[in-house]
Amino acid sequence: MSTDTLTPGLVRINYRKVIARALADELATDPTVVFLGEDVGVAGGAFKATEGLKDRFGDRVRDTPISEQAIVGTAVGAALMGLRPVAEIMFADFAGVCFDQIVNTLAKYRYTTGGQAKVPVTIRMSNGAGSGFGPQHSQAAENWFLNVPGLKIVVPGTVEDLYGLLRSAIRDNDPVLVFEHKNLFALKGEIPAEPDDSFIVPIGVADVVRAGDDVTVVATQQMRHRAVQAADLLTAHGISAEVIDPRTLVPFDMETVRASLAKTSRLLVVQEGPPDGGWGATLVARTAAENFELLDAPPRLLACDPTPVPYSGPLEDAWLPDAQRIADAAERLVDY
Amino acid sequence: MTTATTDAATREQLLDMQRRMHEIRFFEDITKDWFSRSLVRGSTHLGQGQEAVSVGVTSALREGDTTTCTYRGHATVLAQGAPLDRAFAEILGKEQGLCGGKGGSMHLTDLSVGALGSFAIVGAHLPVSTGAAWAAQLLGTGAVSATFFGDGAANIGTFHEAMNLAGVWKLPVLFVLENNLYGEYSPIATTTANTDLRVRADTYGMPGIRVDGNDVEAVLEVARQAVERARAGGGPTLIEAMTYRQSGHSRSDPAAYRPPGELDEWLARDPLLVAARRLGELGVSEAELDAVRDRAQETVRAAADRALAWDEPAADRRFDDVWETR
Repeated sequence: MSTDTLTPGLVRINYRKVIARALADELATDPTVVFLGEDVGVAGGAFKATEGLKDRFGDRVRDTPISEQAIVGTAVGAALMGLRPVAEIMFADFAGVCFDQIVNTLAKYRYTTGGQAKVPVTIRMSNGAGSGFGPQHSQAAENWFLNVPGLKIVVPGTVEDLYGLLRSAIRDNDPVLVFEHKNLFALKGEIPAEPDDSFIVPIGVADVVRAGDDVTVVATQQMRHRAVQAADLLTAHGISAEVIDPRTLVPFDMETVRASLAKTSRLLVVQEGPPDGGWGATLVARTAAENFELLDAPPRLLACDPTPVPYSGPLEDAWLPDAQRIADAAERLVDY
Repeated sequence: MTTATTDAATREQLLDMQRRMHEIRFFEDITKDWFSRSLVRGSTHLGQGQEAVSVGVTSALREGDTTTCTYRGHATVLAQGAPLDRAFAEILGKEQGLCGGKGGSMHLTDLSVGALGSFAIVGAHLPVSTGAAWAAQLLGTGAVSATFFGDGAANIGTFHEAMNLAGVWKLPVLFVLENNLYGEYSPIATTTANTDLRVRADTYGMPGIRVDGNDVEAVLEVARQAVERARAGGGPTLIEAMTYRQSGHSRSDPAAYRPPGELDEWLARDPLLVAARRLGELGVSEAELDAVRDRAQETVRAAADRALAWDEPAADRRFDDVWETR
């Protein structure tokens, strides 16, 4: 959304500030929703993304010690007793500290108890590279959780999707990990001025961001925007790229990708993060296995380098695929 | 160490606790027998000798209160009221098991009685009970959470995070430390710089009480005080219950690391004997005590037989319960 005139009934807001708005709308709608994390209340969040919630919702918004394991475990325990907790892990990298609570306790609770327990916990984490936070504050950590059944994973790349998917996540009766890309914090978008359920985005539904005929580019968050820029570059070469943002990684909307490949016959996946063991590699593998007959070229993954995320500007810039590299990779597939 | 005052429990209460301890002992003995005959898969962790801790603490709880416990948790889940037959069935991996055979011995859970779970990762459950207590505080239910863990868990991060959070938020939690002197195979002094674990309570702003964990009456008494304090908004308590694991850590552990004579000393203070002596003082005859034991044995055997006769789950059931909708 980059229009200058505002649609009636909508407000313009950035990706960072829409977080508090989505939380507020759910806290206001459902008295069982509670929110906890480090400095999320009185301080309004490390990124000022949760300002005002403590004043408005009191004890339902709780500042915690710097104790990620206790944050996640406490959210699980509260969920067992009928609450609908949202836990913030300030940087997704810190999920390493509470990995056990997420993958062994939260993800498996329903299964381990034979369906006795539901644990509607949402974990919000700031994600991704591009703003110079260095190796331990910049990782796109969603891939760490990809092979843990029991966790839904959403990766919103626009203001509208963050608003709609965060609200969906909180309402979901399964655990949902919400990755908020911090290099998109300044991105603008439009959401309803008043809470409006029609703006809720369902989990598990991809978005065809841009229609095209020659090559399908699948990308999330920061890479989704660069893929759109790449599609612009490709136009000059007479190539029409279709850009798909899955928005949710688990469950993955294969059908939308398949429908696109039926048109384009070429798949380029662009993934922030190292190449191995991620959703990008999985999508390439599944496409080769399930949709081989649709393809006119080998499905390709364009990912970051297999190194930690570097700090220095030139190093980090080179680490992240840019629009030109995406366009070049797409063009090679078309020329295959 | 806190010992029971003379009238901590009535004769009837103590008799009932003795019955439950016998049931749990027979449950563990049968499980051990099944395990030796490979009817139990993987591993199982037995708690013979530690029954008084779970029975004493849960006797101080009321409906709506909750427990969490470790993978050595059969006693706690049964003491909290889970049915013997469905607990057996879970250990056997049966369809009618508490968890439909998905969890097994290390994950006995019965939410219907407030047994929120048994956890196979050391210490993982402490923050879960903290969360249940937070919910009780927010919702004003007055419910109390009791979390049972061993001395080994006192050295893992979740112990400190959960104790601190409960302390600073004044949450209604009973941290019940079953100090059985060994973390798996290792004697406590080889793994713990200060073996006086009760003092950990001071660090996190809560009372710490050491109690004879083989004296069910003494455990009940300290648990009641802690529960009363928690319900009144006074926050958490650490109860360090001194007890002893009469078996090894698991099947492959003959417990050769024990000093000579240690097991015999503790067997002489078996919680069933301690309670029986006290009941004798209260005028309960040998014949009555034998009858309590025999009825418990019959009850448990009948439950075991039912569980053995139940069906195994259909293979297709493995896809259930990953998500709310399959």
